[in-house]
Amino acid sequence: MKYSKLLPAIFIIATLPIAAIAAEDEKIWNNILKPEYFAQQAIEESDKVIELEAPVRAEDPALVPIKVTSKIKQTKEHYIKKILVLVDNNPYPFVGDFEFTPESGKADIAMRIRVNSNSNIRAIAQTNDGKLTMTKKFVKASGGCSAPVGANLDEAMARLGKMKFRLEGDVKVGEPTSVQLMISHPNITGMQMDQVTRFIKKAHFVKDVKVSFNGKPVLTAKTDIAISTDPNFRFYFVPDKAGELKAEATDTSCETPTKRDVCTKGNTYTETFKVQP
Amino acid sequence: MRVLLLFVLFTVSAQTAATNALPVKEITAGVYVHFGKHQFPDSKNHGEIANLGFVVGQKCVAVIDSGGNPEQGSALKQAVTETTQTPICYVINTHVHPDHIYGNSAFKATGVKFVGHHKLARAMAARGSYYLGKAAEQLDVKLSAADLITPDVEVKDSLKLDLGGRTLTLKAHPTAHTDNDLSVYDEKTNTIWLSDLLFTEHVPTLDGSLKGWLSEIDKLEKQSFHYVIPGHGELVTDWPQSMQPQKHYLTLLLTEIRAAIKKGQHLEDAVKTVGYSEKNNWALFDEYHRKNVTSAFAELEWED
Repeated sequence: MKYSKLLPAIFIIATLPIAAIAAEDEKIWNNILKPEYFAQQAIEESDKVIELEAPVRAEDPALVPIKVTSKIKQTKEHYIKKILVLVDNNPYPFVGDFEFTPESGKADIAMRIRVNSNSNIRAIAQTNDGKLTMTKKFVKASGGCSAPVGANLDEAMARLGKMKFRLEGDVKVGEPTSVQLMISHPNITGMQMDQVTRFIKKAHFVKDVKVSFNGKPVLTAKTDIAISTDPNFRFYFVPDKAGELKAEATDTSCETPTKRDVCTKGNTYTETFKVQP
Repeated sequence: MRVLLLFVLFTVSAQTAATNALPVKEITAGVYVHFGKHQFPDSKNHGEIANLGFVVGQKCVAVIDSGGNPEQGSALKQAVTETTQTPICYVINTHVHPDHIYGNSAFKATGVKFVGHHKLARAMAARGSYYLGKAAEQLDVKLSAADLITPDVEVKDSLKLDLGGRTLTLKAHPTAHTDNDLSVYDEKTNTIWLSDLLFTEHVPTLDGSLKGWLSEIDKLEKQSFHYVIPGHGELVTDWPQSMQPQKHYLTLLLTEIRAAIKKGQHLEDAVKTVGYSEKNNWALFDEYHRKNVTSAFAELEWED
């Protein structure tokens, strides 16, 4: 009897903070991000169009692997046109937007991102009919001694602009084939503490990634400081015949980490890769 | 409820903050070490987990790592005061991690010079705002930018500090545990303070370069020391024997991650498979191992 009286009270105490946190989680999305990116637009929340994989805990806040998997086929008639990725609680929530074509074969995108604190990660897909579908995952921050900067910036800087393509498995003619693109770049966030140092560095990051196969766009991405040092993307293309994959990555420097109005044009790095099915 | 809990926590930390001297042990003539506990830094231990200490000369005391928060720094300072009348001239920060530098402000005084690797200030700047934000949230420690004190003296290659009757040789290492590791060698007692270049019992944590760390280990292994002080773990008196588990762990990461990359595995797969034969050999394996694999994978995939 005693316990049965106590139990509901314990239950309330245990669930209250969780409910409060959950409401808190949607605050930035509802008040800032939704109005900024999708003002007045209806978004369906489901896993029907895309799914998002992310670890429960950000083991290394500088390098959190996430993957968006598409659930629909890319056809000329119906395809995923764009996927936007956001980390609500990052100082600059925009991670990137990724544009696909029917030639992409499959609108999947895997990448490594920076996650500063406990946060929802969201992926919002737009199909060519204009419909929006959102999926999200909550990721816990890691704690400990690591920070969302690169561990070895000098190394990344020394390799700046170097790129590599890696085909995953066999190439089959006319079928979606997975490819990995590695870009060596420090992707400096610019989140520096000026008070303690004379090393004041601007944000310096890859802002555009364009990948084509035989001249046809496969992936066109806008990216930002939430992408980890040495940006790494996996996606699909359809090799209809032998040809060439081409990647162009363009970087920029911005005066502040969280504003994009004062930025200078950077360099464009190019890499090509022969594909022989 | 939460307010009450916070109040209790503050009261408890306020009590422990009274300047009780931090327990230290004189491991050899004039070298004092406080041995930390193998715990994940959190709001209960307030980041007080690392080995800290000081070396006493005839003219000067050099403090090596200041603690996981300003109160622990004060307690370490109190330990110095209770041990010797010799003044503190130097506070050496062995690298940027919070458990080694958050006590800095307790030592700030005229005549005290802060010493660190030439890349330490940059690392403090790059991580500072993030670290300070997390200190309150994760460690229940209040810090401001003023608590992160950049080095007055930067070590580019090596530097000798004369403490009077004994000389410390500080060496700035290439990127290993972090990109700003500094070791401290006391010739008089043939003691080297490796700090986080060496972990015993506590799983090594990688925040720099796996290959760089292994290469530093190779060099250090060829030298002989009477006493070696790790950043986390017991005093080592059988160098290089006690370092072998760390070498084995890091080598295993190297071998297995290279194999995973060769097989075309992705980072997220490697994190689930690499290095688990070491799980039962280390404290805090679950807390740090996946992060180590992540970091090492990102480094090794650029080979060739």
